[in-house]
Amino acid sequence: MKQTGSQILCESLLKEGVDTIFGYPGGQVLPLYHTLTDFPALRHILVRHEQGAVHAADAYARVTGKAGVCLATSGPGATNLVTGLANAHIDSVPVVAITGQVPLNMIGRDAFQEADITGITLPVTKHNFLVMDVNELARTIKEAFYIATSGRPGPVLVDLPRDIQQATGEFHYPTRLNLPGYKPNKIGNPLQIKKAASLIAEASKPVIIAGHGVRISRAYQELKSLAEITDIPVVTTLLGVSSFPETHRLSFGMIGMHGLAWGNMAITSADLVIAIGMRFDDRATGKISSFAPNAKIIHIDIDPAEVGKNIKVDIPIVGDVKTVLGELNKEIQPGNHQQWIDTIQTWKKDYPSGYDIRDTESVLPQYVIRQIWEKTANQATVVTGVGQHQMFAALHYFYDKPNSFITSGGLGTMGFELPAALGAQTGLPGETVWCIAGDGSFQMTVQELGTITQENAPVKIAILNNGYLGMVRQWQELFYDRNYSATPLWCPDFIKIAEAYCIPAINVTRKSEVGSAIEKAMAVDGPFIINFVVEPEENVYPMVPPGAGINQILHEPRKEDR
Amino acid sequence: MAANKHTIVALVANRPGVLNRMASLFRRRGFNIDSIAVGHSETPNLSRMTIVADGTTTQVEQIRKQVEKIIDVIRVQDITSQNIVSRELALIKVKATADNRSEIMQIVDIFRAKIVDVSADSVMVEATGDEEKIDSLYNLLKPFGIKEMTRTGRIAMPRGEQLLRKFEN
Ligand SMILES: Cc1ncc(C[n+]2csc(CCOP(=O)(O)OP(=O)(O)O)c2C)c(N)n1
Repeated sequence: MKQTGSQILCESLLKEGVDTIFGYPGGQVLPLYHTLTDFPALRHILVRHEQGAVHAADAYARVTGKAGVCLATSGPGATNLVTGLANAHIDSVPVVAITGQVPLNMIGRDAFQEADITGITLPVTKHNFLVMDVNELARTIKEAFYIATSGRPGPVLVDLPRDIQQATGEFHYPTRLNLPGYKPNKIGNPLQIKKAASLIAEASKPVIIAGHGVRISRAYQELKSLAEITDIPVVTTLLGVSSFPETHRLSFGMIGMHGLAWGNMAITSADLVIAIGMRFDDRATGKISSFAPNAKIIHIDIDPAEVGKNIKVDIPIVGDVKTVLGELNKEIQPGNHQQWIDTIQTWKKDYPSGYDIRDTESVLPQYVIRQIWEKTANQATVVTGVGQHQMFAALHYFYDKPNSFITSGGLGTMGFELPAALGAQTGLPGETVWCIAGDGSFQMTVQELGTITQENAPVKIAILNNGYLGMVRQWQELFYDRNYSATPLWCPDFIKIAEAYCIPAINVTRKSEVGSAIEKAMAVDGPFIINFVVEPEENVYPMVPPGAGINQILHEPRKEDR
Repeated sequence: MAANKHTIVALVANRPGVLNRMASLFRRRGFNIDSIAVGHSETPNLSRMTIVADGTTTQVEQIRKQVEKIIDVIRVQDITSQNIVSRELALIKVKATADNRSEIMQIVDIFRAKIVDVSADSVMVEATGDEEKIDSLYNLLKPFGIKEMTRTGRIAMPRGEQLLRKFEN
């Protein structure tokens, strides 16, 4: 029986195990939207802006490990996806974006709502397709999902002209793929793995840096075994947060620009760095020439192009992190690095930066995060925006639950938090999702409160409201003579905003109210917003100035110097 | 050939936008393309590209790995240090009078190039060869007055048994 392109697409999505689509309709996807109602197994979540759809799909993918799917109409709908696609691309998140396109015979004529979305998204997708023949559609969808989820994951866009949605063809879902130019390799070279094991055995001051790859390939157990057997301290990148339990004796937290002093110093003194599923982003490494100057480097990554891109590596192992660590763990020997661990512990005492919270009656953002951590007993999935609140959330919640910290790491996309929290909650029904928002970041996608209400997603939202674009203000304070150019930010009455969206909300202006407010939010069966009016000029410490080595750390001024 | 000039050959699927993907990747990674030449290969649905670009060996290795990640690229190789044959085609329209035409023809002969069109005041010369040969021919013809010139950019292939098409499915 012949089916329409729209039906073929829906059938294909079911074959891929899709259960949720985040989307927004429009003229050039009307045939598809018309068909969607015949497929109740495909839950469609109507966002308020297409950027919300792609961020939601992104976070849904991060928490479930499946591809996140978003749908938009042609032209402005499609271009509204661009930021979210770039975000998913740089963070290696599998997203399949489907966009409507004007009919084939109108392409290239500047038709109403035409945009060359495959051209526009070329540098920010792993791959994209323009479907020109309905008989190619099923195969294209299969390829799209395979490309998005395999190897180093990433976003794939499928542009679907309206007439292809309406044209008819037979539905055959292909069982085999034919992508001669795409053969991702999971298995690491055994010889390299052996060499790595002997380097590890020889090292006296080794450090493991765990990155997003550990989480993407779900290699928590393998990482833990590696660290425990060899007795090697573990630090993480920003996106590596929640790849290794932070209450573990071998955990030394996050490194990098806002990383903890002792971790950065450990890297600088290390004689071996085992970099796992991370790509040596400058926010993690600081100045390249002073990064791990005395260390040999083992780099495990699925993407061969990451090897040697930013840092010279002694032993590259190209392959899937889980597979490679599984193999490596068979080769390693039990180790003991107590002396080295003690040294790092001493630094932890000597440089009490990062976790130090000064005592004051006003609401400190760090304190808010600590309280959320305590009240959720480490069981929440935390989703953040971008700014100081993001770094506070990374540093002051102690992540033990695997994969429980969702943030925009590579692109640093403000406005990520709210739609991403919705996406994470959709992927984790019944679990606790906390959205940590900045007052600026929150306002970039605040309209997604509408989606949260419509879906009754029980997201708990904490706005850390400092009345500034805080992170930029911090840079202005430290590096631009306190010239607060364009960073003071007027905010609406968030309680009234919440009320307009039918979400219960409270203001918190005193430290003593913080804990009970969090409890109150958690007691509510549904979404809840807390507007924490925090200390306006609080800074994130420690900090490595941009361009400096990661051991050139600016510490928090001492209490008595404030 | 300048030491930092690299010849990269790629076998790519014959799909819309592949050239765009390739060019866009070079631009995004800050690489200057000297020339790029594309045409059919011995296999249906596959095209072969030759790209000449500047960079250190490490930089070119990085760009090669990035190119390899393009889904439509089946294989890519930097063949700079291999024993290769490389050619480029040029059409050069030179001012010519009855008086100097035979002189031009002599130069063209020496370079084993061809005159492919003659008009009252010009001749069109077709030349193939490596870049240096075409450059020297051009320099010798220049005094006569060059009216127009077009060059294809380099195409290249390793000599002998070495095949780029080494993929099984
Ligand atoms: C879309 C976007 N625009 C601009 C920036 C630059 N930027 C980074 S942090 C920041 C300030 C964030 O302010 P806010 O959301 O209030 O959070 P805070 O730093 O105060 O916690 C800005 C403007 C960005 N990261 N993303």
